[in-house]
Amino acid sequence: MSEPYIMLKDICKSFGSVKANNNISIDVNKGEILALLGENGSGKSTLVNMLSGIYTPDSGSIYIDGKPVSFRSPKDAISAGIGMVHQHFKLIDVFTAAENIVMGQQKNVITRTKKMEEKITELNEKYGLSIVPGKKVYDMSVSEKQSVEIMKILYCGADVLILDEPTAVLTPQEIDALFDILRKMKSKGCSIIIITHKMAEVLSISDRVTVLRKGESIATVKTSETTPQQLTEMMVGSAVSLEIERPKAELSEKPLLSVKNLLLKNSDNVPVINNMSFDVYGGEILGVAGIAGSGQKELCEIIAGLQKATGGDITFDGSSILGLSPHAILKKGISMSFIPEDRLGMGLVAGMSITDNVILKSYNRNPGPFLDRKFAKSLAQQIVHDFDISTPSVNHEVKKLSGGNIQKVLLGREIWLNPRVLITAYPVRGLDIGASYNIYHILNEQKKKGVAVLFIGEDLDVLKSISDRLMVIHNGEIVDTVDPETVTKEDIGLMMLGHSREEGDAV
Amino acid sequence: MDILNEISLFLQTSVQMGTHILFAIVGGIICERVGNMNLGIEGMMLMGAAVGFSTACATENPLLAVLAAGAAGMIGALIYAVITVSFRGNQVVTGLVLTIFGTGVAGFIGKSVSGNIIPQSVSEAFAPYSIPVLSDIPIIGKALFDQSFYVQLAIIVAVLAYFYMKKTKWGLNMRSVGENPAAADASGINVTLYKYVHILAGGFLCGMGGAYLSVVFLTTWQDNVTAGAGWIAVALIIFSTWNPLKAILAAYLFGMLKGLNFKMQGWGIQIPSQFLEMLPYVATVVVLIFITLRKKKEHQPPKSLGNPYFREER
Repeated sequence: MSEPYIMLKDICKSFGSVKANNNISIDVNKGEILALLGENGSGKSTLVNMLSGIYTPDSGSIYIDGKPVSFRSPKDAISAGIGMVHQHFKLIDVFTAAENIVMGQQKNVITRTKKMEEKITELNEKYGLSIVPGKKVYDMSVSEKQSVEIMKILYCGADVLILDEPTAVLTPQEIDALFDILRKMKSKGCSIIIITHKMAEVLSISDRVTVLRKGESIATVKTSETTPQQLTEMMVGSAVSLEIERPKAELSEKPLLSVKNLLLKNSDNVPVINNMSFDVYGGEILGVAGIAGSGQKELCEIIAGLQKATGGDITFDGSSILGLSPHAILKKGISMSFIPEDRLGMGLVAGMSITDNVILKSYNRNPGPFLDRKFAKSLAQQIVHDFDISTPSVNHEVKKLSGGNIQKVLLGREIWLNPRVLITAYPVRGLDIGASYNIYHILNEQKKKGVAVLFIGEDLDVLKSISDRLMVIHNGEIVDTVDPETVTKEDIGLMMLGHSREEGDAV
Repeated sequence: MDILNEISLFLQTSVQMGTHILFAIVGGIICERVGNMNLGIEGMMLMGAAVGFSTACATENPLLAVLAAGAAGMIGALIYAVITVSFRGNQVVTGLVLTIFGTGVAGFIGKSVSGNIIPQSVSEAFAPYSIPVLSDIPIIGKALFDQSFYVQLAIIVAVLAYFYMKKTKWGLNMRSVGENPAAADASGINVTLYKYVHILAGGFLCGMGGAYLSVVFLTTWQDNVTAGAGWIAVALIIFSTWNPLKAILAAYLFGMLKGLNFKMQGWGIQIPSQFLEMLPYVATVVVLIFITLRKKKEHQPPKSLGNPYFREER
């Protein structure tokens, strides 16, 4: 066998006292797709960031085509033909697709729009992309933005593509389209490294898999010779069950939370939430599936009292909660935890300790102007203990925790309030398998206690297995509410794009 | 008197009164477009005014005076850039300190030249000259073509800055730095270099703006010669929505308000000058409200304005 095209050897990288990468070695051939699999904090992103020049390794070496290279900045990596699509897109909203693609890469001093557009069209055809050069990024859907990122790499002639969790925000149809593009690139001789959590995708797209755990490479296996069970075990380090439980719980007689004809218009008078009506009963998990930006955030905010609805009504236990202050709603027993894309934007204050973040919601316990720190501290310790949060102490700044632990702090704080309705949006966003199952377990426990859970999610496999009922929304409207046990993923995907089931094949 | 002629003369004065502001706005826009809010414009202008004036007196060379003024502004900008870009200090505080520092430096240098007037060789070089035919265009002819070269230079600089930002690869790259430095970095753009170059260029223009006041407009030294023009420029940057072409409009509108002030005194209309000086700020607040309401993405401030950039931040 010939020498691999890209080789990383014995890479080490530390952040402070944390060893993010410890003697990791991977290699990729031309025309091959390598999947990097590992839990959060296993060092996948750190590793590829060094290959793309964002970080510099503490020790170890990188070889391209047999020659050692050292990247001091992304510029070096780009000129070596390595491009990366980041988990959070690095695009500029107010620029057009073409401007984003060429920035930093132009040879001519004066921008020649026409020539740029011709080249983009040419590459569009070659790789089966469909980018409109003049379209502004802020007008694009998530998958369009991703195409622009990929095009950006192809445009500067790179033949090594790194994708960091590219499918996290895509619908099943969009994922298929992306994989088609990747296969096409592979057939043209590109090397591709893809990071993903989703086992099914690893199996369908990759040729080989390298499993990382706690900053070390555990094994590299041929995809065709492995099973999801084996990969998971390597990833977690012990045998785990891949089944998500769906325990039966007793439903409350009347719905705990009921939303009627809810309407919300934005400043341009365009409905963001359009005539939504649904009920959530105690003891069930109502799943909500939809493309990002279909009104999930607004729905959460209205229920939690952070936004005013334009019309309609929301009742909790028979009485309307619309127009109440967030505090009053919280007091009634409705808790909301929304995990935004950056995980910290809503709910927690990044620069404050766990204790201080707990105080944010428990300060009302005692009257008077002074905080009961002692209580908050013991509560924080209890949450840390109950949810198995790994942190040096409760005085640790939240932003220094890993993603999974941050989310556990958020969820733990809400659950401590003993809510009767728990609204949780993207609670496992970006979490690894172990941490995700922990969260599913927590949600199921709440359901068994008779709490009404509204679960807004993005992974359809998870939504299908954990929800008792599954509501699909598109553009602020409910397309349908389906039985998660009988519906197929493809049908959900179509509904997320706004096709009702009658239009397609009936299930 | 011929009303057209009157208007044309009025515009001519307005343009003269807006020129130093135009330099400052364009300098400020260039700086803010790479994501650095520089509240030190007033300080850099004052440094430019003082150094330009004393160089003109000492060397009697107009070109040296302009270059020295620009360099003085650039030194102020360099201090600012080192603190905000390399050390990632707070931009607002650093800018404020730069203004205080510049005011002090200008006062210090100005003391030694106070009482001097600009030597003839310099004032002749910057004297208004009229371009035949073009200056006879009704209304705007005098405003644009019967002026000092320094005045016309301001317009040329603004137009060039616009062209640079919109049409060249460096312009695209520098705007990307101000919008999203992480994205620019990932695209192979040297963020630190771009920030330094443009902050320094902005400082150069601010220094030139200050020198216009002392060397060309007043031709004598006067303490605190800018009289808050740097602050008005900060406001007018927003007014012009970070677009150098609109900066021309903003600067000359301001010049017209100033000119109107004089005119009205001549006509015997008593409006407190403070009221007219307030107007640019009022206009800026109105524009701010307007762009916030319209939410047109292109008119928003550069997205990472005010934020330091550190690549390995987690």
